Amino acid sequence: MKKILFIEDEAVLQKTFEGAFRAEGYDVISALDGETGVKLAKSEKPDLILLDLVLPKLNGFEVLRRLKNDSDTKEIPVIILTNLERMSDIDKALELGATTYLVKVDYSLDEVIKKVKKTLGDSDK
Amino acid sequence: MSLKTILSQLNFRQRCKRYGLSLWQCPDFVFIIMGIVVIFSALFTYTISFRYIEDPLLIALIVILISWVLLILGYIVTHAVEKLAEATRLKLEFLTIMSHQLRAPFANLRWVIDLLVSGRIGSVPEDQKEYLDILKENSARLEELINKIITVSKIESGRLPLEKKPISLKEIVQKVIHGSKVFAEASNVEIEFHSEDNLPNVVGDESRIREVVENFIDNAIKYTKNKGKVKVSLLKKGNWLYFEVKDSGIGIPKEDQKYIFQKFFRSQTALRRQARGSGLGLFIAKSIILAHKGKIGFSSEEGKGSTFWFTLPISLSKDN
Repeated sequence: MKKILFIEDEAVLQKTFEGAFRAEGYDVISALDGETGVKLAKSEKPDLILLDLVLPKLNGFEVLRRLKNDSDTKEIPVIILTNLERMSDIDKALELGATTYLVKVDYSLDEVIKKVKKTLGDSDK
Repeated sequence: MSLKTILSQLNFRQRCKRYGLSLWQCPDFVFIIMGIVVIFSALFTYTISFRYIEDPLLIALIVILISWVLLILGYIVTHAVEKLAEATRLKLEFLTIMSHQLRAPFANLRWVIDLLVSGRIGSVPEDQKEYLDILKENSARLEELINKIITVSKIESGRLPLEKKPISLKEIVQKVIHGSKVFAEASNVEIEFHSEDNLPNVVGDESRIREVVENFIDNAIKYTKNKGKVKVSLLKKGNWLYFEVKDSGIGIPKEDQKYIFQKFFRSQTALRRQARGSGLGLFIAKSIILAHKGKIGFSSEEGKGSTFWFTLPISLSKDN
């Protein structure tokens, strides 16, 4: 079973995603802040990370930088899922090594699930 | 303090732009102007007094007195302008808060409803599904309204960002028509599209231009009564691309026509026909087209239908 790490400070979204991705047959672990996120990424070695950018303790850009600078975690694809929609933020995240950048308000749950499956190389059921 | 910092402090034009204010509303600029006025008045008073008054002490006194009065007046004016600038800054801050704090919960709400409707976490009984759909539709409407209000605020503070690049208007129109298919069929409206071949590109912000096209086509379908036809055409007129949407709908009464591009305005016939609509779509459309240096307009007759059109300048870049 593939494992997804979801780093997001909003409990509502975490719960929604856990429900959705478990139903799709994934194992989901969650972190409510950036620091825990980095720790879990190292210890749990997820297959994919969904990362918010506005986070307590350690912001998403810093989380991304640390993940990509650590040989244990740098190969894990990271999908950014945020409400920041400035071009400069998008460029910065992609430059730091994010695989895809999704602005929350522009995507439906189904579309996010599709992107995750595509990134993991899983066919759509 | 480095020379660069000093220069950036003196560059009031840039700082006023950051406030979102025109030069004459900007405290930094008004302060400099008032300073110049005070200096010149002092010199002027001195010259005049020198000619007519002999006592140097009296001359000095008059000059000082007038300078003081002007200085106090200047302070009052600058202070008032500063307050205005502060209000504008607060408005922009409010806009940022609206964009992030208010839109975010709506994304959450939409996703939770999506999850429930999808049946991923357990199937929903048929009689409950209907209510979930109502929830879904209404939260979508509210989200759309918030987005529109945010766009209007951006337009009004002169901060509507446009990401311009060469775009094919024909492709945009085709996509929008394709996306409107379900709504058109449900409304018993047929959409016809005529376009010239090999049309050149225009330079513009794709998503904003699509917003205008969507607005025109959406309105045409919405305000067509019973069965009807919407004719969409795209052609080249000189150095312009001309886009037109013609409907056989309810039309706009003559007395309402001059208000049609004003924000929050909704025509009486539109209100009778359709409860939905924010009265913001055409205001936004006009602002977008004007920001692209295009023209926008319409003709309409009550009971017969309306034709809305816009033009965009054809880009002369090498990309075409």
